[in-house]
Amino acid sequence: MKDQADSYVTDDGRTIGPVVMEMKNITLRFGGVEAIKDISFDIREGEIRAIIGPNGAGKSSMLNVISGFYVPQEGEVWYKGAKRPPMKPFQVAQQGIARTFQNIALFEGMSVLDNVMTGRLTHMESGLLGQSIWKGKAEAEEIANREVAEKIIDFLEIQAIRKTPVARLPYGLKKRVELARALAAEPTILLLDEPMAGMNVEEKEDMSRFVLDVNDEFGTTIALIEHDMGVVMDLSDRVVVMDYGRKIGDGTPDEVRNNQEVIDAYLGVAHD
Amino acid sequence: MPEQLAFTIEVFLNGLMAGVLYALVALGFVLIYKASGIFNYAQGVMALFAAMTLVGIQNGQVPFSHLINAIFGTEIHHFGWHVHSVLAIAFTVVVMIILAWAVQRFVFRHLVGQEPIILFMATIGLAYFLEGVADLMWGSEIKALDVCMSEGNCLPQGMNGWIDQTTFDVFGYGFFIDNLDIVASIVAALLVAGLVMFAQYTKQGRAMRAVADDHQAALSVGVSLNFIWILVWSLAGFVALVAGIMWGAKSGVQFSLSLIALKALPVLMLGGFTSIPGAIVGGLIIGVGEKLFEFLIGAPFLGGATENWFAYMLALLFLVFRPQGLFGEKIIERV
Repeated sequence: MKDQADSYVTDDGRTIGPVVMEMKNITLRFGGVEAIKDISFDIREGEIRAIIGPNGAGKSSMLNVISGFYVPQEGEVWYKGAKRPPMKPFQVAQQGIARTFQNIALFEGMSVLDNVMTGRLTHMESGLLGQSIWKGKAEAEEIANREVAEKIIDFLEIQAIRKTPVARLPYGLKKRVELARALAAEPTILLLDEPMAGMNVEEKEDMSRFVLDVNDEFGTTIALIEHDMGVVMDLSDRVVVMDYGRKIGDGTPDEVRNNQEVIDAYLGVAHD
Repeated sequence: MPEQLAFTIEVFLNGLMAGVLYALVALGFVLIYKASGIFNYAQGVMALFAAMTLVGIQNGQVPFSHLINAIFGTEIHHFGWHVHSVLAIAFTVVVMIILAWAVQRFVFRHLVGQEPIILFMATIGLAYFLEGVADLMWGSEIKALDVCMSEGNCLPQGMNGWIDQTTFDVFGYGFFIDNLDIVASIVAALLVAGLVMFAQYTKQGRAMRAVADDHQAALSVGVSLNFIWILVWSLAGFVALVAGIMWGAKSGVQFSLSLIALKALPVLMLGGFTSIPGAIVGGLIIGVGEKLFEFLIGAPFLGGATENWFAYMLALLFLVFRPQGLFGEKIIERV
């Protein structure tokens, strides 16, 4: 196993940096139900890290712990080399962790562009008055933010629907707009909760390409949850496998694929 | 100019002025409804509370003086100073912000995610509570509100006398408008322009719209729900203060002020619950509509007093034919 502080180069020539986030012995309970049992893993800078597992394995709960929507009863979250105190989701977002949701949480009444611009909220600092009258630092700031938003819109190929209210868009495009909004924050870590859920093959291919391109082009660290094994194995550098709230595997796609416990969890095994 | 026409125009203009005041109250409703989906029944009481606080501070009244005197057997009522209008308004704004914080902290923070009807009931409770507090704090007698008029150094030279004239003869045609109404219109226009700029162009405005649309998504882009809700209630408190000053200056600060909230309901039906311009246009239509209807049809043919029900009648018609209002978001149901 590589050292936490080391960088290494993958087979396809990308550099994976040191550990940026580490989960230490996380346990999350809802009443008597243990959704996550004593799980530890880390995320390295610049990698695509997948969390997989059957339904109800606790994958989304894990993502919600990382993004601050759930507070675990036990365990520590380490971010950029420091232990993170219990935080509200908006504070986590301000720290540079952006996310998308399994069931899409967009601002339905706003246009695509406005949605992407909300992703820039954490990058706006000028004064209230300046912003109202559109002068001074605020003007330059807004223009810069708009540039970032437009760049991301171009990148994800949603220029044609920039001004369309989100409520009118089909499901696949909504998913892409949500990705655009998360990217607009220029996050340190991007969390994707089932980015390909409910998509057809073509849309899945598009989304996979975007995930890879984002990682390649912006060097964004990505942690994603996915059901589709094929997609996960192709996309990710390392995979955590969960089952019934426990971690049953962790490693490269090849290592995980050959892990007997993982095979049992996915294919079922006769207990005798 | 024929006399009848001149009268009609005068009635029309007076209706516009009344409409501005309705619009101001409706605006407070829209702000809170947009950002939190709460229909704030207490908006009218907030206007009353703000106006009473302003008068109380101006006159140097001791808050809760009746209560204090009853408990300690003292006889204090006044600090014995007079606070300048501008300073008093600033203090009142602070009080309204504290109120906003308290409402969020002690009431709505515990009701996040509840049914709209429960939130609505909470605002009814809030209305009665606030009315009681206002009574206890400042007493229940009718008070005159005098902002800037008896103080020489408050408005630009010449303005004082102009407002004191009370009426303004338009172009010598022989019809009159209250100067106070003109001031009210200008203030309202500035307020609306300011609010629109705030909502459209600032970070906080954008965050406010985000929260109104989807809580979870707003959290994920780094918006603090709590902060935005306090901000919105503060803004609504500020709008209530402006409305309270206008109504109070016109007809004295009294408890019937809280009933203007009811007149804002038809305004909202017309304008739509989610539209700031809608609140303004709706207010003007109701104001002009009820005055003109009374003048042209009500008084001659229906025995008068139509002003009391005209607005509700109009709202009813709107509910039948255009339930989302003039500017409200269209209700589309996908099947």
